[in-house]
Amino acid sequence: MSENQKVIEIEVLRYHPEKDNEPYQQVFEVPFTDDMSVLQGVQYIKDYLDGSLSFRWSCRMAICGSCGMMINGIPSLSCQTFLRDYYPARVRVEALAHFPIERDLVIGLEGFIEKLESIQPYIIPKEARTLAQGEYLQTPEQLGAYEQFSSCINCLLCYAACPQFGLNPSFIGPAATALLHRYNVDSRDGGKAERMELINSEQGVFNCTAVGYCSEVCPKGVDPANAVNQNKTNSAADYFLRFLAPKGGAK
Amino acid sequence: MKPGLKRSNAPIFWALFGAGGMLSALLGPMLVFITGLAIPLGILLPADTMSYPKMLAFAQNFIGKSFILAIIALFLWHAAHRIFHSLHDIGIHAGTGAKLLCYGLAMLGTVLAAYALLVIGF
Repeated sequence: MSENQKVIEIEVLRYHPEKDNEPYQQVFEVPFTDDMSVLQGVQYIKDYLDGSLSFRWSCRMAICGSCGMMINGIPSLSCQTFLRDYYPARVRVEALAHFPIERDLVIGLEGFIEKLESIQPYIIPKEARTLAQGEYLQTPEQLGAYEQFSSCINCLLCYAACPQFGLNPSFIGPAATALLHRYNVDSRDGGKAERMELINSEQGVFNCTAVGYCSEVCPKGVDPANAVNQNKTNSAADYFLRFLAPKGGAK
Repeated sequence: MKPGLKRSNAPIFWALFGAGGMLSALLGPMLVFITGLAIPLGILLPADTMSYPKMLAFAQNFIGKSFILAIIALFLWHAAHRIFHSLHDIGIHAGTGAKLLCYGLAMLGTVLAAYALLVIGF
């Protein structure tokens, strides 16, 4: 470590459920260089200061969606957030808001995984196809209808940003709704009626109060708020018109 | 698909909220200007624009009635929905009670307005 090495304070939310009654803050002094991300900062802590610190990470380049954390209270991917932007002030790192903490910065994902399964995030073909029929063809316009919603990496920043998910964890939430929408508007898919049951339900889109913060924090340029609000219109149309033109999704 | 999904009845309230929001955004400022500024201060509009005979005639006309009912009822439903959700946002989860109070007042206002518009005659 050279004489003029810069040192930043990183305040980390700690919680080991087997010994801590409640989460607490711990401050570490971390030497850093201008090219270091917050993720590299917490990796430094684990490697040199406290090996018991737990957090998820993998790709280091905003593709895997593992390293989401609250950084100074804002849901962020720690791999693309840089320590230099906070220095000389202290940077505060906490587990993603609105989720149960498993250990330190690691959150429990069960609730979200259940939601992800429930939206059937795969193409449900309209009719069975044989290999001999060849591949599906799509126009650029048909691709454009769903493309942006397919960029989701399940990092859950949008859930940490959503005050309504915070108030009611049974709300299907931004990412799952965006992905649901991605399949519903895909020209190859025939599963819309089944998925609309979820959209129309009490866990569905009407929990949203159009805050829009989900789309703001998304690191992949997805606009989940748009998917949610398009489906409010779809759901309301289905609610009032289902007796005139029943096409599934109604109970 | 998860069993036991219950269809939400939110579209009814959301539609009334949306209609009221649209109407209040388009007409609200103009109505505030006419009834709150232009008429009392006597600017831009003829002095007797909102005189009793004119307003009575307006309220007795079918189109006038519809306009008054839409303004009062939809503004109320919009406000009720907004207040109900704001209560939830600030941590008051009063549930059915708050729902009944908010939407009940909007319903009461709607019924009273409709009743008044009917008894005022055609």
